[in-house]
Amino acid sequence: MNYNWNWGIFLEASPDGTGSYLYTLFLGTRWTIAVSLTAWVAALVMGGVVGTLTTLPRRGWAMLGDAYIEFFRNIPLLVQMFLWFFVVPEIVPEVIGTWMKQTPNSSFWTAVVALAFFTSTRVAVQFRAGILSQARGQMMAAQALGMNMTQSYCYVILPMAFRIILPPLTSEFMNILKNSSVAMAVGLMELTAQTRAMQEFSFQVFEAFTVSTIIYIVINMVIVFGMRRLERWLAVPGFSIDRASEADLRGGA
Amino acid sequence: MEKDEKTGEKAPPMILLDKVGKFYGNFRVLSECSTQVAKGEVVVVCGPSGSGKSTLIKCVNGLEPFQEGEILVNGVSVGAASTDLPKLRSHVGMVFQNFELFPHMTILENLTIAQTKVIKRDKAEAEQRAAELLHRVGLHIHATRYPGQLSGGQQQRVAIARALAMDPICMLFDEPTSALDPEMISEVLDVMTELAQDGMTMMCVTHEMGFAKRVAHRVAFIDQGQIVEDVSKDEFFDHPRSERAAQFLSRILHH
Repeated sequence: MNYNWNWGIFLEASPDGTGSYLYTLFLGTRWTIAVSLTAWVAALVMGGVVGTLTTLPRRGWAMLGDAYIEFFRNIPLLVQMFLWFFVVPEIVPEVIGTWMKQTPNSSFWTAVVALAFFTSTRVAVQFRAGILSQARGQMMAAQALGMNMTQSYCYVILPMAFRIILPPLTSEFMNILKNSSVAMAVGLMELTAQTRAMQEFSFQVFEAFTVSTIIYIVINMVIVFGMRRLERWLAVPGFSIDRASEADLRGGA
Repeated sequence: MEKDEKTGEKAPPMILLDKVGKFYGNFRVLSECSTQVAKGEVVVVCGPSGSGKSTLIKCVNGLEPFQEGEILVNGVSVGAASTDLPKLRSHVGMVFQNFELFPHMTILENLTIAQTKVIKRDKAEAEQRAAELLHRVGLHIHATRYPGQLSGGQQQRVAIARALAMDPICMLFDEPTSALDPEMISEVLDVMTELAQDGMTMMCVTHEMGFAKRVAHRVAFIDQGQIVEDVSKDEFFDHPRSERAAQFLSRILHH
């Protein structure tokens, strides 16, 4: 293989005029983090709401939640990106469509919306599992004390459900970061897009992808570390998940 | 018996069940269950497992829906669509077989959460009431601990205190000692006995016949979803009328 390694390439100016190649990767990283974090917060809220809906005794709400989940998780993420970017602005009333197309950073917002809907279905399923894993008795105890449905969920069911599903939520958080690379398809110059650009302009493909790979790994390690801190902070003294013993899940801690 | 006469028959019962029937799908779990609990009365509900006694007691505060008959708690119909069930439940205390304390809250928070959120007591008042009750069940030193750090017996005493914190007009117990190690049963029964002696209206599903003999005024015996016997304590233990009750008693008292 005739390949000229050149690690110095990162300090050379990129043709887009923003600065060095290293700086363009930094800009890409910033978009990656911005789109992932924004979409994650939205996915958590939407997933929490939808997951809760699917567990309600009212059948209408549960069916609505199930329909949402099946719709948004059965369409590939890339297709959803394209739908939000190319199709939705054309089928909504023209005023809204024009606004969608002209809004600043429209590819950023498209990516946020698509990632949020896509990820929220997975978050919703986990919330549902977390809620249903608690004995029916917890709900009865809350209601026996006079709490209405909203209070029972807010004070009793959801705080424990959230703790139970924290480990799988960590995976979803990491997934959303990795999936954010799909946003390059709608023109967002996030990390993967900037890496591709660097490869095309400089032909230093190995250097470019080595660095972006390391950046993705580092960010995900930060997520893992942060979520573990959160788990420890929220841990309930003396509580272990009896129905799916925590120790079993972790291979006998 | 003495208390029976004291309450008399004229006062309206605190809990009245009139021909209650319940189905799970097509399966009948309760049929024509009628009984009542007068104010200050302690009624023990017993029967073989699977007879429907837990289901029956959960119908009393509407945790389980029922399809036939009527239940009145302090004159309010539990089954009526217009009844504000959360409000009714807020003054009917309930204790469960598996304690069902809220694991992510401290013992104190377990006792104050419903006081502050449901009956809107201010925090200081709720905490004071909680402290009094924890004292009463002998667990005030554990106020800042979590349910998972307490023994089963202690958790069940906390659960009783949690129900009492709402100043209930009556208490429902659903096999409160069935999930406990034998050595912890008595500490829970002691709290319940004390409560009964203080004049609390109680409906208890339990197998603790010693407790029934000690504090119950009446015993209702359920078999296959029907109340086959509903008599005074003495009558139940000395002269059970039904074959099934006699059989049940001979088994439970002699093992």
